Amino acid sequence: MSNIIEQIEREQMRTDVPDFGSGDTVKVHVKIREGEKERVQIFQGVVIKKTKGMNKARFIVRKISGGIGVERTFPVYSPSIDKIEVVTRGRVRRAKLYYLRDRRGKAARISEKRPAYLK
Amino acid sequence: MSTGILGKKIGMTSIFESDGRLVPVTVVKVGPCVVTQIKNMETDGYKALQLGFEELADRKINKPKAGHFAKSGGKGFSTLREFRVENTDDYELGQVVGLDIFSVGDKLTISGISKGRGFQGTIKRHGFSRGPETHGSRNHRAPGSIGQSAWPARVIKGKRMPGHMGTDRVTVKNLKVVDIKPEENVILIKGALPGSKTGILELRKAK
Repeated sequence: MSNIIEQIEREQMRTDVPDFGSGDTVKVHVKIREGEKERVQIFQGVVIKKTKGMNKARFIVRKISGGIGVERTFPVYSPSIDKIEVVTRGRVRRAKLYYLRDRRGKAARISEKRPAYLK
Repeated sequence: MSTGILGKKIGMTSIFESDGRLVPVTVVKVGPCVVTQIKNMETDGYKALQLGFEELADRKINKPKAGHFAKSGGKGFSTLREFRVENTDDYELGQVVGLDIFSVGDKLTISGISKGRGFQGTIKRHGFSRGPETHGSRNHRAPGSIGQSAWPARVIKGKRMPGHMGTDRVTVKNLKVVDIKPEENVILIKGALPGSKTGILELRKAK
């Protein structure tokens, strides 16, 4: 019975989502409707959380805008997302980067992940 | 066209609309139902269809039921329910009614049996407010006064009190059909529906 629900949820999932995770800096291209016109806005920041789920998967992007921290939650498979671009891969040691909320400036940096062949 | 059909609640999920909005939906397995009896003006005084839903194994059908089902092709059903129709001429016994009677965007009226809650107090059952939990209060979840004194010297009928809650017939109106999947016999309805998963639901077109 519940495999019908699973099937419905699977149908919602998009296949064009890149592989990314916590600590990565991403550009999220969000479609915004203004009356009849549609334009794309870019939200760039660090992924601080990614939750699993079929069509319910979410991720939170944090950025500093005008000295104020701004976080936005996106559904991974939302049709209102035009595309997700991975800018840099961050080297982090935990899955949920809530500690970034308490840090400012230099302390809030995330070092870039070194590719495997350099190790 | 039949105005209604029987279904079974499968569960809830959410789906994306094309503009990105996330809509909560209940998944209902609907029909196919078979017309087991046609009620008409002459013999019954009203026009209706009796629909059977969910086939039943032969060993579970007793003889009186078997005689009833024999008139419509012999297949037994676990649930029988009547749906009023304007005109019964288009129907014959044994005819299959599917979910093609509904289309996306239709408004439905859906009835089902709510989940049983057992014996509940007035706060959960009738939405009474509760007393203070601390500061010396000894009145926490009690119902309070249930009436006056020497006059009327009795408790009025219908006074809301603790008692059994749930397992009631609940009807929800103006529910929107979000999507229909004919190959699965599944219909997606916006919002929550009464009852537990696998509960039987009556789906009617909203008037």
